[in-house]
Amino acid sequence: MNLDFGFFNWALVQSFVLKGLIFSVELTIIAMLGGIALGTVIALMRLSGKPWLALPAAAYVNVLRSIPLVMVILWFFLLIPLFLGRPLGAETSAIITFTVFEAAYYSEIMRAGIQSVSKGQVAAGYAVGMTYAQCMKLIVLPQAFRNMLPVLLTQTIILFQDTSLVYAIGAYDLLKGFEVAGKNFNRPVETYLVAAIVYFVICFSLSMAVRRLQRKIAIIR
Amino acid sequence: MGKWDWQVFLRDTGGGETYLRWMMSAWGWTISVAVLSLIVALVFGSLMGILRTTPNRFFVFLGNAWTELFRNIPLLVQIFLWYHVIPSIFLTLRNVPSFVLVVFALGFFTSARISEQVRAGIQSLPKGQTYAGLATGLTRVQTYRYVLLPMAFRIIIPPLTSESMNIIKNTSVAFAVSIAELTMFAMQAQEETSRGIEIYLAVTALYFVSAFAVNRLAALIERRVQVPGLLGAK
Repeated sequence: MNLDFGFFNWALVQSFVLKGLIFSVELTIIAMLGGIALGTVIALMRLSGKPWLALPAAAYVNVLRSIPLVMVILWFFLLIPLFLGRPLGAETSAIITFTVFEAAYYSEIMRAGIQSVSKGQVAAGYAVGMTYAQCMKLIVLPQAFRNMLPVLLTQTIILFQDTSLVYAIGAYDLLKGFEVAGKNFNRPVETYLVAAIVYFVICFSLSMAVRRLQRKIAIIR
Repeated sequence: MGKWDWQVFLRDTGGGETYLRWMMSAWGWTISVAVLSLIVALVFGSLMGILRTTPNRFFVFLGNAWTELFRNIPLLVQIFLWYHVIPSIFLTLRNVPSFVLVVFALGFFTSARISEQVRAGIQSLPKGQTYAGLATGLTRVQTYRYVLLPMAFRIIIPPLTSESMNIIKNTSVAFAVSIAELTMFAMQAQEETSRGIEIYLAVTALYFVSAFAVNRLAALIERRVQVPGLLGAK
């Protein structure tokens, strides 16, 4: 079979692909910010030493981490309308799902980050009269974030790759954009190939950037 | 929503079997895809991981390129590549069943992660072990076979365990090319019966059971092959 990329032009990108790319990026950024925020709260709950906080947090993380993401996407798509009483678009459902799902993974990273801060620092904070909240906000969390930044970003690259799984509920993301374009021009082989190249270029350059950042941080520490 | 209706599993699918039977056969597909992909992933992942630790620059480049290629494309896109793109470029592969294509897609995807772990495992051994092997007259291949790999593979059993559990979860992506595995079953049975919650609960439980079984099996292997005298050993 002959590959023919002649039909690929800016108009095609603009009418099919761009919309999907924007949604994929939007989904990644919202799920990253929401996931890190929620994940940090869950990590603090797990490390609080109070069983009524730590147990639900541990259950949240372990349950979500043992279910395939596709099933989680399907579960939310089924359950959210039952609770709201009205259907919710696939895109909104995907945003909620990914935020909740990624929080489980980010919380494990944040937990490791918080545990990497030495105990003496918290003791010093208490000694100068800080409350628990102040200690966390001013001493522990800033350091945990910085130590874990490369890992958090690597997880975000995985998150970006995983956004393609919204295919299961038919949301219009980057992959879907290429697929629709391929159907319209009856050139599915070429469009899937270009989709793979686009994903590769984005993810590879991001992971190179993370690696550089990691080396820089290693020097500072 | 209303009441539970677990009898849905005894209903006939219209094809002369119950939903329960269909689900069990779907579970079988999930396990088969997972096991075969894991074999593919272990073979290619170990090979590429080993190549990356050799002194040969071409081998190192090959191993690195392999790892980066299969790590930076989403699994779903890779499955589409195997299913739509490769058979239409290599026409001889047109009659290969989609089950086999998915096994290779998932296997190669996972091999990139395994190659990282194998490389890390080998590099965590002191350099002196290689030198000692070479100094006693072993060839490089023998040094790997008798000195480095037996230790490295024992060290990386925990990450390999979580990778094996991941592979069970990742088989769910095969729904996209209509492999009759658990997620595909869940989507279709949900549509046909409208008893989504019961169906999804059962499918989720089967994923739990499968992942847990892998976890226990790996713990057993870890105990059987542990190195006497190390901190982890009893």
